[in-house]
Amino acid sequence: MTTPSRYWREIPQRYRLEANKCKNCEITFFPPRLICPQCKNRELEPIKLAETGKILTYTVIRVPPHQFVDQAPYAVGIIELDDGVKITAQVVDCDFEDLKIGQRVRIEFRKIFQEGESGILCYGYKFVPE
Amino acid sequence: MEGIIGYGAYIPRNRIKVEEIAKVWGADAPSYKRGLMLEEKSVPSPDQDTITMSVEAAKYALKRALIDPLEIGAVYVGSESHPYAVKPSGTVLAEALGATPEVHTADFEFACKAGTEGMYVALSLVKAGEIKYGLAVGADTSQGAPGDALEYSAAAGAAAFIFGRENLIAKAVESYSYMTDTPDFWRREYQYYPQHGGRFTGDPSYFKHIIGAAKGIMNKAGMKPSDFNYVIFHQPNGKFPFRVGKMLGFEKRQIEPGWLVNKLGNTYSGSSPMGLTATLDISEPGEKILIVSYGSGAGSDAFVFEVTKRIDEARDLAPRTRDLLDNNKNYLEYGVYAKFRQKIRKAD
Repeated sequence: MTTPSRYWREIPQRYRLEANKCKNCEITFFPPRLICPQCKNRELEPIKLAETGKILTYTVIRVPPHQFVDQAPYAVGIIELDDGVKITAQVVDCDFEDLKIGQRVRIEFRKIFQEGESGILCYGYKFVPE
Repeated sequence: MEGIIGYGAYIPRNRIKVEEIAKVWGADAPSYKRGLMLEEKSVPSPDQDTITMSVEAAKYALKRALIDPLEIGAVYVGSESHPYAVKPSGTVLAEALGATPEVHTADFEFACKAGTEGMYVALSLVKAGEIKYGLAVGADTSQGAPGDALEYSAAAGAAAFIFGRENLIAKAVESYSYMTDTPDFWRREYQYYPQHGGRFTGDPSYFKHIIGAAKGIMNKAGMKPSDFNYVIFHQPNGKFPFRVGKMLGFEKRQIEPGWLVNKLGNTYSGSSPMGLTATLDISEPGEKILIVSYGSGAGSDAFVFEVTKRIDEARDLAPRTRDLLDNNKNYLEYGVYAKFRQKIRKAD
């Protein structure tokens, strides 16, 4: 169950791919962190991740968690964005037989799931073929 | 001078053909295709709704406008299928674009006219000098009752326009509205599907208001049908725009570039705005465009635009609407369509 407050906290990264970067050791964190785990620096600058990338690997989910039952079967991939950050997300608008490692993809804004018939609608990023 | 500085459209990839729907309800597909001039319509995936399509169309509009989203002073979403009954679509859109928090946001609802309502208000606020840029989106994932004539046309799509004062793609030459209280189509609270007045949706509704708005704006602007290179009328089916065009004295060639309905269906609040995006895609500097929307209930908004030189730079900064319509299509069978549109009753 996603509470509205947790969903709200994650809006900057889920809607706009906002990350942050340690000013000292230049590591990018997504989701953003308050303290760099490498050098314990608290000075992190906000950055926006690239909206395009390529598929590093993927799988097809046929037995999904309950919130995703209506979407099954669907593909989930690890995507390496053009700025080098790797993120996990659904890959949609593509026939499974056409999915390929190395395939170029871009972000699209989609509904990720909904909290039953009366709860909040949770939006975020998925990937589609470029 | 004020006008459009960016525009974009979005169409889901799923389609269903008229034959596939007619087969289930025992209807005669050729007569529907001939009668409504429809071949297929777009269908949203379960993870697409008015909000998601608005975000994608608005992102394309931003690509053409080349502005900082933080400078957008108003974000309006017009739709009759806002995903929440209570909670704005516009806040999600503004947040996804990075336009918050100094922005005025509102959701509009007026059957198929809500998109041009947002355009009217955003443009007016820019004209008044209240805001630097205003974004208006018309989007819908409309539903027709199973087996109803509307099921063959109710489709999904979005169009977004950013209005400003500099670097215009198209100057807003004139705007005009024409309204009366006409109960031709409605949906009461808690009802899933809309109802309509059958043939009553024609003469005293669609035709009266579009003709009223088109004549009104041409009179106000001192223009006649032959002064326009293109005209876009609301497209509830394929036939009505051509028929109303003929009644007003427009020719087929002026209507065709923005006539998407035969392959797209009726995208309600997105309908005439999407026709405008497709028309801008192929227009040349100096050309003049008339757009007249129609929303049941009932009324029409009309705008006259004059395309500027910047269209040549902006046109291909985002996908063209006809390319979105023709490429990467995925045809659905009726069962999957019924699942996608939540027409199947499931256990809790």
